[in-house]
Amino acid sequence: MNRNEIWIAFATIVTREVRRFLRIWPQTLIPPVITIVLYFLIFGNLIGGRIGEMAGLPYIQFVAPGLIMMSVITNSYSNVVSSFYGSKFQRNIEELLVSPTPNIVILLGYVVGGMTRGLGIGVIVTLLSLYFADFSIHNVPVTISIVLLTSMLFSIAGLLNAIFADSFDDISIVPTFILTPLTYLGGVFYSTQLLSDFWANVALINPILYVVNTFRYGFSGVTDINIWWSFAMVGLSITVLFSITLRQLEQGSRLRS
Amino acid sequence: MIESQTPALQISQLSKTYGDHFEALKGIDLRVESGDFFALLGPNGAGKSTTIGIICSLVRKSSGSVSVFGHDIDADFANAKRYIGVVPQEFNFNQFEQPIDILVNQAGYYGIGRRVALERAERYLKQLGLWERRWEPSRTLSGGMKRRLMIARALIHEPKLLILDEPTAGVDIELRRSMWEFLCDINQRGTTIILTTHYLEEAESLCRNVAIIDHGKIVQNTSVKALIKQLSVETFVLDTRDELVSAPEVKGYRIAHTDSHSLEVEVVSGQTINPLFAALAEQAIEVLSMRNKTNRLEELFISMVEKKLPETAA
Repeated sequence: MNRNEIWIAFATIVTREVRRFLRIWPQTLIPPVITIVLYFLIFGNLIGGRIGEMAGLPYIQFVAPGLIMMSVITNSYSNVVSSFYGSKFQRNIEELLVSPTPNIVILLGYVVGGMTRGLGIGVIVTLLSLYFADFSIHNVPVTISIVLLTSMLFSIAGLLNAIFADSFDDISIVPTFILTPLTYLGGVFYSTQLLSDFWANVALINPILYVVNTFRYGFSGVTDINIWWSFAMVGLSITVLFSITLRQLEQGSRLRS
Repeated sequence: MIESQTPALQISQLSKTYGDHFEALKGIDLRVESGDFFALLGPNGAGKSTTIGIICSLVRKSSGSVSVFGHDIDADFANAKRYIGVVPQEFNFNQFEQPIDILVNQAGYYGIGRRVALERAERYLKQLGLWERRWEPSRTLSGGMKRRLMIARALIHEPKLLILDEPTAGVDIELRRSMWEFLCDINQRGTTIILTTHYLEEAESLCRNVAIIDHGKIVQNTSVKALIKQLSVETFVLDTRDELVSAPEVKGYRIAHTDSHSLEVEVVSGQTINPLFAALAEQAIEVLSMRNKTNRLEELFISMVEKKLPETAA
């Protein structure tokens, strides 16, 4: 395929992915917004008022970046995992597999589709959060780059999960038993400064801690960890997961008999 | 013209083993000429769908080579895939998408821009009687419409080789006939067609050449005419005007009395049937109609696959 054809194939996958989540907007757009509004109401306004400050910030300003990042992570991941596994289940993934579309274009198409939903929800949630809290952005490049990279990382992870999944149970195991606990323990609701040294060190193996803190740094300049170390971790994770996913697509295992 | 000189499909020593033990294909060789209308026949589990799956890159081969119009499916996969359009046995499109989107998206995967894709989608949806349903979710289409949608989707990038895996399974007779006409038309316009089917009448009516595959091996690969010539005995059913109580005696023919108004006559290959009618007329037996007891290819197929005649593969 020449460059123009590759671009058309890529745009086709992305457009199809975006139209898919827009078509089922009551399932894809409304629930995460309701969930985040409830978080803001309960943890921000009701409980937050009694907590006071966290890491030198009013509690609602402390949790807001984490809640935005949480919605970006879960939506990026769930968009790709459900779309790709749905295509496997209905076998319409064969439409792509019989075509000359290169595997890397398939991968990027799904990932950009997932990022579009994740970032779109992130923007909606950010706008909603302005109703509950006043905050400005401390460092725009850091904020934008970490949210883009995080969305990309979890979109790739969702694709990898979908490739390996053999049933609908398999695509809910990772979000339920891994992603959700890591998110809740990833510094969204509290600073690791509250933990003992032992648990603060254990928390460092949680990748979500890095992206949440870096995102919070972008908003308020407050972080529990070194943001450059965070960028390195996210970059490395993207490289590793991207390579594994592309290899799976090239080999066709779990996709071709 | 390179394409007219090279075969549409060239398969050499193709093998596929599922897991550690099950050999679905045992080193098959197959050549399909450009412009052919080719039937790939065989009982369930013979290896037809595995062969098609390998050609279309949906099944990974264990060994051997496949080239499509001279393009190896491994070394030059992008060009090989451009030449192939495939209509699988099972419905494999997104049931929630509309037919028009399914076609335009499929064109996009081949790098075809939206304007051209929409023009082609309109043409094929109209030809296949789906244009009026183009905006409806594809899950609401009837079985026959879904099958035609898959044919339209396979043609959207205008492949030179169209592979259909039992395209008329579960389709009513009227629709089957109209699909035959459509396939004959695109074949006459230069598209090579490979067809698997359980309706042997379909293969005999449409196809010029045929391969019969059984237990992962090609047991016949020849023209439909040559294959039918191998049929040593044909059985005809004669419907008579008057009631018969027994089979008449006619020298040179084996006649069975099947019911009060019909006879079954076995005619050896090359034997004329004029003397039979003359003899029946002498005995005052009037024949109202005559037909083959079964499809001729079906008789051969059964003899080859079930009785395991010696292999005569080309």
